[in-house]
Amino acid sequence: MKHLDEYRDKALVKPLVAELARSVSKPVRLMEVCGTHTMAIFRNGVRSILPEGMEIVSGPGCPVCVTSASHMDAFIAMAEMAGVRVTIFGDLFRVPGSNGSLAQASSRGAKIDIVYSPMDALDIARNNPEDMVVFLGVGFETTTPAIGATILTAQREHIDNFCVFSTHKVIPGPLELLMQDPDLKINALLCPGHVSAIIGAGAYQPFVDKFGLSCVVAGFEPADLLNGLILLARQVSENNPRVENIYPRAVSWKGNGRAISMVNEIFEPVDMEWRGLGVLPLSGLAIKEKYAHFDAQKRLDITIKKSGEAKGCLCGQILTGKTIPPQCPLFDKRCTPANPIGPCMVSSEGTCAAYHKYGRDD
Amino acid sequence: MCLAIPMKVEKVEGNPDDFTQNQIATVNMNGIGREVRLDVVDRWPEIGDYVIVHAGFAIHSLVEEEAKKNIELIRELASHMPEEMLIAGDD
Repeated sequence: MKHLDEYRDKALVKPLVAELARSVSKPVRLMEVCGTHTMAIFRNGVRSILPEGMEIVSGPGCPVCVTSASHMDAFIAMAEMAGVRVTIFGDLFRVPGSNGSLAQASSRGAKIDIVYSPMDALDIARNNPEDMVVFLGVGFETTTPAIGATILTAQREHIDNFCVFSTHKVIPGPLELLMQDPDLKINALLCPGHVSAIIGAGAYQPFVDKFGLSCVVAGFEPADLLNGLILLARQVSENNPRVENIYPRAVSWKGNGRAISMVNEIFEPVDMEWRGLGVLPLSGLAIKEKYAHFDAQKRLDITIKKSGEAKGCLCGQILTGKTIPPQCPLFDKRCTPANPIGPCMVSSEGTCAAYHKYGRDD
Repeated sequence: MCLAIPMKVEKVEGNPDDFTQNQIATVNMNGIGREVRLDVVDRWPEIGDYVIVHAGFAIHSLVEEEAKKNIELIRELASHMPEEMLIAGDD
């Protein structure tokens, strides 16, 4: 834990706060697209020390939050099929579809297990040979390689009663869409920490070239975050947009070649529906025909029907940085963590959950 | 949720090119030994290296000096500030 203490060292952080104030000479409208950044920014009170002229907007960085109601409904319908046992990352459990959540399906008798790693789902398959164990694949570039490795392990060990419902997504597509949005006016990007560990800092160079976007890859500790904000402010002030990586302890320019190869072996790009953004071309990953045996949609003949979002819920606009939670009529009234209406209030990484837990600050 | 804390590798099983065997490291997390998968780690770690873990899988490995270098960079940035800035906002 020694390393962690040094990143959180107060003596280290205070001068960074002062330097940040000096670095902002032109307006910086910055987007972060990483649920862990969202929470770290709130937890460390970063919003309260932002100098005038700098704004932070949360983008579609929470994988549970960007899962569409159509996909949630398909997950729930599948969980209620006879002989099916679904395994999920915990945040998904209480996310509402258009008619209830997996939690409600569980109380009606659906078999749902919360796992920490997809490999745990494989253990559950080994121990429950009578069930078809489906892992609900929700996540960005960071998670997909682990799912791929789990599929290869299942194949190697001949675990026949295991498959994956892939709704995996890749971040650059929606980012490109948001950067073109004339209302958003984003001029700086705090690049996601662990997505970047996989895709590499170099993946943001096209955003510099195409949109003149200032990009900094940063970690999650206060010193990491503040350094990231300082460098973004300097890039904007000096009108010198480029990619800077201040998280080299996790992120290289080229990314993680072994993980990228793993993903390319098993998955292929498909059009994917995102909550708040609609269907974006080639922004998702489906399991290749070669591994169809591990594709839940094929094994269980699942069709995804178009579902609407909950009435009055502004998660879609919040995910795209167009609205902040206090502007939603449901926020902290009908929609609370105990009784969430939209996914941004459910997930521990959701923007609404962050505003609820840490106050408005702004 | 991403965990940015590098964990120290105490044991390595398997080898990087043999996917027919388990590829597992035992890491030290708060004094407790825990197994993490090495299937998708960018660089195969040696004992004493550190790994960053996501959903039970190591995604990045680094040697101890690399972790320290990053801390030094931050310290250097702090050392360039004028002294009055260092005490500004003291609470």
